[in-house]
Amino acid sequence: MRISVQEAPFELGAESDAFAAGVAGAGAVVTFTGVVRDADQGGLTAMEIEHYPGMTEKALTAIAEEAMKRWSLADALVIHRHGRLTPGERIMMVATAARHRKDAFEAAEYLMDYLKSRAPFWKKEILAGGGSDWVAAKDADEDALKRW
Amino acid sequence: MDVLYFAWVRERIGLPREQVETSAATVADLVEELRAREERYAAAFADLSALRVALDQELSEFDASLDGVREVAFFPPMTGG
Repeated sequence: MRISVQEAPFELGAESDAFAAGVAGAGAVVTFTGVVRDADQGGLTAMEIEHYPGMTEKALTAIAEEAMKRWSLADALVIHRHGRLTPGERIMMVATAARHRKDAFEAAEYLMDYLKSRAPFWKKEILAGGGSDWVAAKDADEDALKRW
Repeated sequence: MDVLYFAWVRERIGLPREQVETSAATVADLVEELRAREERYAAAFADLSALRVALDQELSEFDASLDGVREVAFFPPMTGG
């Protein structure tokens, strides 16, 4: 299990390959990548991601450990960036490996649902017109936790 | 104790962290003390339903005891991923 909270970009291919190579016996590897998308009406200059150093790592570790307990996983990986990112840049990735795909898919969704609402990150959209907005949490994200 | 603020709470109050001398028994008591300080605190804590709190880096509740707590953090609902 690996958790990384970092400002630097990551290489998706290299991370995926290294993760898969470490779980050679697993029959399924699922990866999900989050990318900075443009604002709804366009004109997003950047996304600033703030986090709570210390708590972030603890929260992500607890979430990943819970996923390892709930599903039969060979391994799990969470990388989440902070700092100033531009549209098209990768914000984060999760990867899960299991003997069977159902475990790997479900655990990856669980990781995503929990880190959206329970890992201390906050996003601020910097708009081309000069304004900025904190991204509000959605009820749907909170509701998503209920299925687990 | 150390009190930390994140995202728009940090912006409204105007600082990311501070040392607070308090005898507040619960988080809600601490919030009342902070609200009474200055308008910027009152503005930040105007609507507690829009806020979350962590005690020693664990998510908690506003009625939780501060007994033995060293670090309190206030922030809006999280938006990771």
